[in-house]
Amino acid sequence: MTVTADAKGADLVGPDPAFLDVRDLVVHFPTDDGLVRSVDGLSFSVERGKTLGIVGESGSGKSVTSQAIMGLHNGTKAKLSGQILLEGQDILSLPDDEIRRLRGQKVAMIFQDPLSSLHPFFTIGSQIVEAYRVHNKVTKAVAKARAIDMLDRVGIPNAAKRYDDYPHQFSGGMRQRAMIAMALVCDPSLIIADEPTTALDVTVQAQILDLMLDIQREFNSAIIIITHDLGVVAEIADDVVVMYGGRCVETGDVREVFYDSEMPYTWGLLRSMPRLDRERKGRLDPIPGTPPSLINLPKGCVFAPRCQFKDKVGEPCRTERPGLDLIEGGHAVRCHIPHEERQRMWVEEIRPAL
Amino acid sequence: MLRYIVRRLIGAVFVVLIISLVTFGLQYLAYHVGGSPAYLFLGKAPSPEQVAAFEKQWGLDQPFYVQYLNYMKGIVTGRTLGDGTPGSEQACPAPCLGYSFQYHDTVTNLIKQAFPVTASLAIGAAILWLVSGVSIGVLSALKKGSIADRSAMVVALAGVSLPVYFTGLILLYVFVYWLHLFPPPKYTEFTENPLLWAQNLILPWVTIAFGTAALYARFTRANMLETLNEDYIRTATSKGLPRRTVIGKHALRSALTPVITIFGMDLGLLLGGAILTEKTFSLPGLGYLTVNAIARSDFQVVLGITIVAAMFIVVANLVVDVLYGVVDPRVRYE
Repeated sequence: MTVTADAKGADLVGPDPAFLDVRDLVVHFPTDDGLVRSVDGLSFSVERGKTLGIVGESGSGKSVTSQAIMGLHNGTKAKLSGQILLEGQDILSLPDDEIRRLRGQKVAMIFQDPLSSLHPFFTIGSQIVEAYRVHNKVTKAVAKARAIDMLDRVGIPNAAKRYDDYPHQFSGGMRQRAMIAMALVCDPSLIIADEPTTALDVTVQAQILDLMLDIQREFNSAIIIITHDLGVVAEIADDVVVMYGGRCVETGDVREVFYDSEMPYTWGLLRSMPRLDRERKGRLDPIPGTPPSLINLPKGCVFAPRCQFKDKVGEPCRTERPGLDLIEGGHAVRCHIPHEERQRMWVEEIRPAL
Repeated sequence: MLRYIVRRLIGAVFVVLIISLVTFGLQYLAYHVGGSPAYLFLGKAPSPEQVAAFEKQWGLDQPFYVQYLNYMKGIVTGRTLGDGTPGSEQACPAPCLGYSFQYHDTVTNLIKQAFPVTASLAIGAAILWLVSGVSIGVLSALKKGSIADRSAMVVALAGVSLPVYFTGLILLYVFVYWLHLFPPPKYTEFTENPLLWAQNLILPWVTIAFGTAALYARFTRANMLETLNEDYIRTATSKGLPRRTVIGKHALRSALTPVITIFGMDLGLLLGGAILTEKTFSLPGLGYLTVNAIARSDFQVVLGITIVAAMFIVVANLVVDVLYGVVDPRVRYE
């Protein structure tokens, strides 16, 4: 807990609110084809110094969620409801101008593809300087020194010289480092990384993850890492939210979700991941089918049409939305199969086959 | 960079050479198939002897390649036309682009007189269409789907579709002959009276700019919409930049860069003469000169103007390419 959070907590009756508290977030996009329910009733929280991993396939609502936290849906057709509390302040009800002041300063974002996310016509240095000066009244010279310092800190050799380079003159890994330098230039307390390593070489991925952890330790920032790479989550996250069809289907700390997994979708994700530390037993076992259309979601459990175990319970899976039931600690699962049965299946059938 | 420009310039010379060869060939054919320029020069029904004497005097009896080489040499060094008999000499200093049998003047002189008119027309219209087209395009993109956007795009579609002789005539009718807002157009030189110069050129400027601005508005709007969807615009917003910086700096910079390309090309093309507009408004520019020369089979004039126009386009091309490298840091010249 930081000093600010403690001071705030003292004024509040009841439990300390989390640093970031997302409550019942709904993001819908009206389109000509119908209402796209990108995110439907999503809740999670992150404390400073902690890392939350949001996992899911494409179209599960991960990126839409992160953009909602940045207030990037303002001025678009998106319909939002629920609350996104950052230090107790609801981002969704803030006026545009105040959200703008949060962006970059308190909440910063690292994007997936650093080449397309950096402006091709401006130098790396000037883009970082711009990010700094928009929130800090300093001279260009001060901002430049700061930018070079940041570039140096994220491990870019010869930072003073590379300052004047354009994005296309950087390698992929260096670009992502520059992107991180830009995101961190205002010392944000919340960093949202949207697939930060997906576009990078595997060797560079590890370096970037290390860098993010170092920075977290140094600044005590909260990190939300959005990815479909379970390996990345297992490595750096403290808590995990598994998303499917715009909602959370399993959440808990990393051990609970990956080692005492109870949701058939999470099992599917784990099974479709290549493992080097096990003997090869033939092909990988991907989840059959494709993610549901967010316009016409299945009536019952959203995952039911692809679920291998949908006949275990029968009728309710197809007609009734399961609730997100708390099992123990922070571990919650959205599934109609009874808890004891799921535990048994995991221990006896699923885990041995991974 | 310098090496690139030199190499491109050499290339440009070749392009102009090929165009001159083709045009000269056409001119040669036109005289051989369509009749000697002697008829243009000598007036009614000259005798065969007179025609033969005329052709000898102007070197038209010589083989094609000799005529072409003489012509090209004239561009570089100038030449004296005529056969040397007293009174027939016609000095044609470099760059000599031929002789007009219709106007009894060198083509170079004719172009020199007509070019300021065309340049006035082209530059004024270019500023008008660039400013109006680009701003309408940008605003339309920012207000995509609004009534203003839709009406602007309908007008733009009309602008692209309507031919200039139609727009020009309508403008003439409405503003000159009906509302009497302008006197009937008569070209006045800028140095003589700038106000009158502009007054006489407003309608032609609008005529050309209307169609081209429409094109630019549509082009800019499409570019802008594409740019606004780019990841780096989202990055700029995520940095906390105010919307006017995101639009005015990050989006405009990318959206307008391709406009440079078409602008350079269009301006280069227009400097070679706006045939329809000049004819509609009786502006004595290169286009007007061309039409009259074609009508009177005065092919040396057509030849000269074609070479000059080709040069403008080739140079505009080069300027655009070099400029693009300045604007877009990803472009490198080898």
